[in-house]
Amino acid sequence: MIFQDFVFYTLAAILLIAGLRVITARNPVHAALFLVLAFFTAAGIWLLLEAEFLAIALVLVYVGAVMVLFLFVVMMLDINLDRLREGFWSYLPVAAVVGVLMAVEMALVLSGRYFIEAAAPVAKPAGYSNTAELGRVLYTDYLLPFELAAVLLLVAIVAAIALTLRERKDSKFIDPAAQVQVKRNDRVRMVSMPSYTEPEAEQAQQEPKP
Amino acid sequence: MMESLQTLFGSSWPVVWTLAKIVAIVLPLMIAIAYLTLAERKVIGYMQVRIGPNRVGYFGLLQPLADGIKLLMKEIIVPTASNKGLFLLGPVLAIAPAFAAWAVVPFDATLVLADIDAGLLYILAMTSVAVYGVIIAGWASNSKYAFLGSLRSAAQIVSYEIAMGFALVGVLMSANSLNLGKIVTAQAGGFWHWYWLPLFPLFIVYFISAVAETNRAPFDVAEGESEIVAGFHVEYSGMAFAVFFLAEYANIWLVCMLAALMFLGGWLSPVPFLPDSILWLFLKVGFLVFCFLWFRATFPRYRYDQIMRLGWKVFIPITLVWIIVVGAMMQTPWAYLFH
Repeated sequence: MIFQDFVFYTLAAILLIAGLRVITARNPVHAALFLVLAFFTAAGIWLLLEAEFLAIALVLVYVGAVMVLFLFVVMMLDINLDRLREGFWSYLPVAAVVGVLMAVEMALVLSGRYFIEAAAPVAKPAGYSNTAELGRVLYTDYLLPFELAAVLLLVAIVAAIALTLRERKDSKFIDPAAQVQVKRNDRVRMVSMPSYTEPEAEQAQQEPKP
Repeated sequence: MMESLQTLFGSSWPVVWTLAKIVAIVLPLMIAIAYLTLAERKVIGYMQVRIGPNRVGYFGLLQPLADGIKLLMKEIIVPTASNKGLFLLGPVLAIAPAFAAWAVVPFDATLVLADIDAGLLYILAMTSVAVYGVIIAGWASNSKYAFLGSLRSAAQIVSYEIAMGFALVGVLMSANSLNLGKIVTAQAGGFWHWYWLPLFPLFIVYFISAVAETNRAPFDVAEGESEIVAGFHVEYSGMAFAVFFLAEYANIWLVCMLAALMFLGGWLSPVPFLPDSILWLFLKVGFLVFCFLWFRATFPRYRYDQIMRLGWKVFIPITLVWIIVVGAMMQTPWAYLFH
């Protein structure tokens, strides 16, 4: 147990530092990379809780896909930090109020009667697979919420595509099917040219025309 | 002997024993990577009616060692305008997942470092992390060529990962497990029971996606010598450059190993009268790796928009349709064909 505590506190410290650096790093790419680190250590903590499916899914989805696209965009931006920091002091009171409100809300939830500290979960036997267990629960007990979430995501996907879908006039898009079906005669015109011309004819060509 | 070692190390024995097993996997892997570079040059040489390297050692067999020593001796130049910390982190992030994924690869029914149930997911997660090495290297180099290479690579890897993931979904539906060892044993029964037959479209999609994931020809637009010089590693020299190549070849071995385990029956023997053996696994992996070299010598490089079209508009629909076919067939009397 000592070792597990040690691992937990190490991961938790890295997670907190990484989370802090996400909002304090001056360079947006560094901030995004710290967010990657935060996801990774969070996955480590979940592994410690024997939730290996969630941990791996976190790495797979957030680190492997979402953050890659995030970095992709952030890397191409040329962000002027000074302009972002303009009006810091004028926004501070509002931000402070929102921050304090969030802290109070969290304190209410954590100290209230809804958040009873659960007993430490009993370690599962060696053959227990929480991947299979999660799949079984999702497709039996929680089938309707699961399908609703899936439909919601589908709507979001369709909406995102519909938002970006527009016919561009200057697009140089070529239909691959048409490309494949091109025959030689569509592109090349065979011209019959004599390889040798008479010297007199050459001279006559070189003379300037009247 | 094991007992005496155990008493010698006392309570630290599990750590020592695991480390020994890691070395036993990584060391042969490093040798395999080194000789893959030689094999590549030899195979492509013969395919192009050349001889390939034959000066260092008999048949050029010491060439990888000579290359390694040369690269070790060279200076690692860090560009002045680069982001130094990330510039050096890039190669590390490229090679670490390439080796970490081998932790769950079974070589035999008992020969595996970590026999975890979510092995397939773990490997998917590790290969998806590998893209960070390329992205960070390209950005930190602060060079336009490197940056273009890393952008191309990021888009390509993210696109093909989806097709690859769906291909693996078909495998785990058939095998009813995410454990690589169980996936192999589910294919028992000889050549015609391996998953390449019932999941043939997924096998093809997986293998081609694997070529794209490892940035190999004909999908090597991330390097694209003729357009962007060498892509993401244009600013790297010496061992930092070599680490990218080690990662690339380690990934080739890894994806071929996975294809052999999931679609070609791993260590299972193709015929009933020969015993199952790790040699079968090496034979299958060797053939798939040879195909990688063969592709490189055969196909011209894809254009970037063609790569994207192939990934999104051809492969993903194929895998989705075949997953539905497999799922539907599971409910019919012919379900045994897909198990």
